[in-house]
Amino acid sequence: MSRILFKKEGRAKFISHLDLMRTMQRVFIRSGLAIRHTEGFNPHPYMNFAMPLSVGTESVCELMDFGLLGGAEPEEVPARLNAGCPQGIEILDCYEEKRKFKDIKWLDIEARLFYDYRACPLEALRELYSREQLIIEKRTKRGSAEVDILPLTGGIEIEPGEDGQLLMRSRLSAQDPALSPAQLISAIDQLAPELSPDFTAFRRVEVRDSDLHPFR
Amino acid sequence: MTPKLERILTRVQKPARYTGGEYNEIVKDPEKVDLRVAFCFPDTYEIGMSNLGLQILYGAMNEDPGIWCERCFAPWGDMEEELRREKLPLYALESGDPIGDFDAIAFSLGYEMAYTSVLNMLDLAGVPVRSADRESLTPLVFAGGTSCINPEPMADFIDLFAIGEGEKLDMEILELLKKAKREGWPKSRFLRAAADIPGVYVPSLYEPEYNDDGTLRRVNVLDGAPETVTKRIVEDLDSVYYPTHAIVPSTEIVHDRVVLELFRGCVRGCRFCQAGFAYRPVRRHSTEFLLEKAKEALSGSGYEEITLSSLSTSDFKGLSELTDGLLEWCEPRKISLSLPSLRADNFSMGLMERVQKVRKSGLTFAPEAGSQRLRDVINKNVTEEALLNSCRIAFEGGWSTLKLYFMLGLPTETDEDVLAIAELAEKVLSCWRQNAVNRARGVKITVSTSMFVPKPHTPFEWEAQVSVEEYLRRVKLLREAIKSRAITYNWHAPDVSLIEAALSRGDRRLGAVIENVWRDGGRLDSWSDYFSFERWMNAFEKAGLDPDFYAARVRGEDELFPWDVISVGVRKSYLARERKAAYEGKITPDCRVKCMGCGANCLLERRACDE
Ligand code: SF4
Repeated sequence: MSRILFKKEGRAKFISHLDLMRTMQRVFIRSGLAIRHTEGFNPHPYMNFAMPLSVGTESVCELMDFGLLGGAEPEEVPARLNAGCPQGIEILDCYEEKRKFKDIKWLDIEARLFYDYRACPLEALRELYSREQLIIEKRTKRGSAEVDILPLTGGIEIEPGEDGQLLMRSRLSAQDPALSPAQLISAIDQLAPELSPDFTAFRRVEVRDSDLHPFR
Repeated sequence: MTPKLERILTRVQKPARYTGGEYNEIVKDPEKVDLRVAFCFPDTYEIGMSNLGLQILYGAMNEDPGIWCERCFAPWGDMEEELRREKLPLYALESGDPIGDFDAIAFSLGYEMAYTSVLNMLDLAGVPVRSADRESLTPLVFAGGTSCINPEPMADFIDLFAIGEGEKLDMEILELLKKAKREGWPKSRFLRAAADIPGVYVPSLYEPEYNDDGTLRRVNVLDGAPETVTKRIVEDLDSVYYPTHAIVPSTEIVHDRVVLELFRGCVRGCRFCQAGFAYRPVRRHSTEFLLEKAKEALSGSGYEEITLSSLSTSDFKGLSELTDGLLEWCEPRKISLSLPSLRADNFSMGLMERVQKVRKSGLTFAPEAGSQRLRDVINKNVTEEALLNSCRIAFEGGWSTLKLYFMLGLPTETDEDVLAIAELAEKVLSCWRQNAVNRARGVKITVSTSMFVPKPHTPFEWEAQVSVEEYLRRVKLLREAIKSRAITYNWHAPDVSLIEAALSRGDRRLGAVIENVWRDGGRLDSWSDYFSFERWMNAFEKAGLDPDFYAARVRGEDELFPWDVISVGVRKSYLARERKAAYEGKITPDCRVKCMGCGANCLLERRACDE
């Protein structure tokens, strides 16, 4: 299996996961690179994404596996794919896959918090996130459940960002169970609604294994 | 993208349709172009981006390094609300710049129910909706597309109409606009000069006068503008721009595939069909050209499906050669080929079998009328025998889903004709019983009817549409006549068809109605989510007009029509002759068998149609 590391940012962050799969399929065809198809009645290109990205979230660390056929070298893949990408998607690297996606443990994210009508509550937020516990209500398939999200994070830092925003950096559990960036913010909405930002923009910056090494 | 827009997009449905940035979109330096054009499609992104005409004209305009043509679509309701609340003007997808600042705003008007969206888009752009309220030369608001062959209902809002095919015409208009802009002409001077371009209709140079009974008395032509505006066509299709590098949306649209246009026009002459007359005469691409462009378009887009599109695809001479050539290239690449709008004849079925070996999706036939008598009236030359034969081939080939389309309310239709639809459907069902390869799977036959809309520039342009009540009575009659549970009957709502009928043969006074509807919240009227019959009826009443005057009135033989100022090449006397033949139940042979002298050949430089 081959793996690509790619960015999805700017306008492209509004492409849904389903549309991204369709788009990548076409990007491969445009590149002329032959890739493995699934068997069966209705064969389609085999593509496996590490972690679906929600609409509106940017990322510089997306991973996708596929089967490169026909003798092309991984080194030539990024340039050939990039020539056929829509704006905002850029393939950064391509290599032989050596570890499975299940080894991904952490996801580093950045959140930009916008406050339109008030000064940024930097200190108050720092205080909130340094509590012993952060119990939030999580909607599940069977109604809702109370969860402490702190054990699912590997640290939360908040600092003043550009243009009066707040920049929050956090390390979140990537799977089993995963904590989404949005849940991190819903802690504010639920526990200290007066500190809720008017808008939050998210960005994935790195995927890591259990040793905190970047996962590739 | 501005932070404001970015925020909005996180709140609306399907935001990818508002971002631009798709593969193959064209970006230029605004400082280095003479004209900026917003190509506006008054419907959603998904519909507009599926439109081949849009892709063609977008590419053709951008071939000129002095023009940057960008796209703009009607926002869905949630997006419109956000734009209005945040006071963000409607923007072009490529640059994100407000289209109100552009030099030209060009609308593609394919169907009447999009009219209210034109007003709404202008308003969202911060541009006055009425032409008379826009004093400066730019933004020039112009329109083209099929429904412009009766431009009158939109005459108050559009500065000029481009009648016919736009590849060359639009460029001539924009060339003149460049000059006018450079030399600082007032708008009136530009419009007068534009009226001299063949195919340009400038409504402000034509003043209608009405009789007491509401019909048109005469049209005063001002300032030496041409008496009739004749539609433009491209004579040699292979010689003009072909979109081999069309924009590929990053989100799903209606026709998510390569669309290959084989020819324009149609030789058949079905009397109800506006496209059949409006696009005459037939002009075709050469087979070699099509094979080459199809391959380029497929490899250039990454699409895995190609569809052959034209009014009556199976009439294309050399179709076997073309499909063989395409299949040879497509099959090893796992690209599928589809053929919409097939006729129910042997040839088409053979083709269908070859092409769709794997996918047995539903088959659709459009006999349009149930009885042979009525099919002769409308000149739909499909016999019951041919239809059943096609069905037999389909059922033997394993198809088990079939759709049959009909119209109710065609001229001379009787209850017998209506009942004949049920009989025909029953015959199709027994054909399945006799020929199905796998009867255990069952069969699904769907009969659909819509209310006939008489259209301008057709032999039925004089006809009355049946009333909504009468349509519903016929629907009931048919519904009760369909006994088998394997046959499903769907009928389209008649109220949209009534409004469509009024608009399509309307005069300039309907501008007030369209504006009333829009001011009352009307937009995206081709969507049942938005269409409100009540709103339209109120708007007619407020304007002191009656939709039945336009839709349900048999028009006098000598009546002057609002669209008579436009010539599509086919003479009105020819249409009258065809209407007479319809009443006599006489069929007219297609253009390949015999030229009936409709007049459309005069649009060609060589003055003679093919074949
Ligand atoms: S001029 Fe003759 S051949 Fe040409 S479109 Fe008219 S009827 Fe057909």
